[in-house]
Amino acid sequence: MKKQNIKNIANQKYKFGFKTDIESYIFKKGLNEKIITQISKNKNEPPYMLEFRLKAFKHWLTMPEPRWSCTTYPEIDFQDIHYYSAPKTNPKKENLNKIDPKLKKTYDKLGIPLLEQKKLEGIAVDAIFDSVSVATTYKAQLMEYGVIFCPISEAIQKYPDLIKKYLGAIVPYTDNFYAALNAAVFTDGSFVYIPENTICPMDLSSYFRINTEKTGQFERTLIICEKNSQVNYLEGCTAPKFDTNQLHAATVELVALDNASIKYSTVQNWFAGDPETGKGGIYNFVTKRGLCQGKKSKISWTQVETGSAITWKYPSCILKGDDSIGEFYSVALTNHHQQADTGTKMIHLGKNTKSTIISKGISVGKAVNAYRGEVKISKAATNARNYTQCDSMLMGDQCDAYTFPIIEVNNASATVEHEATTSKISEDQLFYFQQRGIDTEQAVSAIINGFCEEVFKKLPPEFSVEATKLLGLKLENSVG
Amino acid sequence: MLKIKNLSVKTNNIEILNNLNLHIKAGEIHVIMGTNGSGKSTLAKTIVGHPQFKASKGEILFEGQNILKLAPDKRARLGIFLSFQYPTEIPGVNNASFLRMAYNTHQKSQGHPALDPLEFEDLLQNKLKIANISEKYLDRAVNAGFSGGEKKKNEILQMAVLEPKLAILDEIDSGLDIDALKSVANSVNSLKNKNNAIILITHYQRILNYIKPDYVHVIHKGQIIKSGDKTLAHKLEKKGYEWLITNP
Repeated sequence: MKKQNIKNIANQKYKFGFKTDIESYIFKKGLNEKIITQISKNKNEPPYMLEFRLKAFKHWLTMPEPRWSCTTYPEIDFQDIHYYSAPKTNPKKENLNKIDPKLKKTYDKLGIPLLEQKKLEGIAVDAIFDSVSVATTYKAQLMEYGVIFCPISEAIQKYPDLIKKYLGAIVPYTDNFYAALNAAVFTDGSFVYIPENTICPMDLSSYFRINTEKTGQFERTLIICEKNSQVNYLEGCTAPKFDTNQLHAATVELVALDNASIKYSTVQNWFAGDPETGKGGIYNFVTKRGLCQGKKSKISWTQVETGSAITWKYPSCILKGDDSIGEFYSVALTNHHQQADTGTKMIHLGKNTKSTIISKGISVGKAVNAYRGEVKISKAATNARNYTQCDSMLMGDQCDAYTFPIIEVNNASATVEHEATTSKISEDQLFYFQQRGIDTEQAVSAIINGFCEEVFKKLPPEFSVEATKLLGLKLENSVG
Repeated sequence: MLKIKNLSVKTNNIEILNNLNLHIKAGEIHVIMGTNGSGKSTLAKTIVGHPQFKASKGEILFEGQNILKLAPDKRARLGIFLSFQYPTEIPGVNNASFLRMAYNTHQKSQGHPALDPLEFEDLLQNKLKIANISEKYLDRAVNAGFSGGEKKKNEILQMAVLEPKLAILDEIDSGLDIDALKSVANSVNSLKNKNNAIILITHYQRILNYIKPDYVHVIHKGQIIKSGDKTLAHKLEKKGYEWLITNP
């Protein structure tokens, strides 16, 4: 990612707020069977997929919209959204040199390397623009290792067996309202398959960019790791500044078989809404779940959530295999009028399973920040261990922080630890920095980074630099 | 270097310093002694710009410039350093990184290049020797879990790194055993040169066995009631503050 000096960063507002002026093919607003059928047709999906979508849609129609979170927002008119938008120049080309230059310019501006010649750090990228994937780098090279990394729209056509086996198996469309909606109208996302005994030779990443106003983005990602395999996956996202809210309802499913390990990192920087008025911004309503299917399997979620008007997600792990491990490391920063209700669920089913939850919430301005966690130890889960640490930091006197930890233990051999702290940045600490010549902005940044260190350490290095910078940017002008 | 003229300082609407005057030249060590509540710490904090204390009257000239209107970080960058009486703990912030941040901020303000972590580590090795503090304190969070003595040594380490023009040492001797006291005094002496100045605030005479002052001032009820040389400190030790207050 581009390196910039601190001054440049501090002087910029949300720099991803630009809109790309490109002709797009947009469906008219509204949601019905006809639109869904057209989405499926546009993506050249085989009939089994259309069936999947329609089943989900029928079920969605019977579900009430959930409103139990700590966040408040006006009613969403699901008929007032475009459910499909794709750049007209049909950018999906194998030869990346033939990508529409406007699109390439967009990703350059965002600092995402689409051309393999210009690769930085050797990361394979799947770039998604509104409803379609526009480029996937390193596909061929990865294929030599047997690793499949392609847009899910392509996997649906080329690998139906895998899709039929796993899509919706970890997050069924009946799971919740937004999962059902996503199953009906999902647009694109990544498909990753790592064969047995393979450590994926490079980090894989997806970059999601919403461009068209009033378009929902319904990303769908599925990652499968066979026995003894490993993969690191990075997810990044941004969107332009619009006055209206946009819905991002994604579903991410991970499955790790015996001795396999999946590390999924997210640095989320969706447009958060106008800092003064709170108008606009993305609604980030996401269902993410990892199934530790095999013995000794491991799934690790690391997230840095700094954007969105509303963040509502609980990346979770189902620890089914004996000796499996689930981890959740999170920093959620809310500033101005942002709201977050986020956390995780660790469901212990197998024997000797272990889960770790480290959640750091930072609430600034008039923001609302809630941690909601569920640790469930089932009857059969002998010798389960969980450690949860949930810390909140409040800056200023108008913000809110909430914690809703739920612990349910049905097996007496379990060890469950829960620690929580609430703190403020003390005047003394700030003054100490100032007396050493360091200004307040830098001081706050250093203290917050210290607060988040445990989580940042878990991010891959390139993300960790980005996350640190992002936090600094988001906290700018917030002290006083 | 430092001229304090008719300084009056309030906090919570209570006047703590009352028409205080003090003149410090480069190369000098001034000791300020006084009972609890006499205003010693207030003086120190006012010079460095602590938000709790507001000057209601007077001025503080540092190298000719009135610093009372300047923000604390600006004053620090001019070369004013305070060794805190109770150094704050800053969990999560690495000591070495903090030192480097402070150093580079000073460098930048003087138009010098910043040092990267490796270059800085070289510089630090020398400073660790001066402060007589172990390398292992570099890996820890700033002052977090440090003992009283270690915190004071960490202040001296920062002083060694930043090389201030004016160093105010607020009760650097409090809470130190004899060995730590000697070590700290040694460090201060080695950092002292003819271009910088030190204000040493203390209750007790003891540290003055190791650091030779040029002037000793006694402060009482926010004013300097007596100034002298080292012998004044001896007299205080023998006869006590009460005697001096009634026999100025």
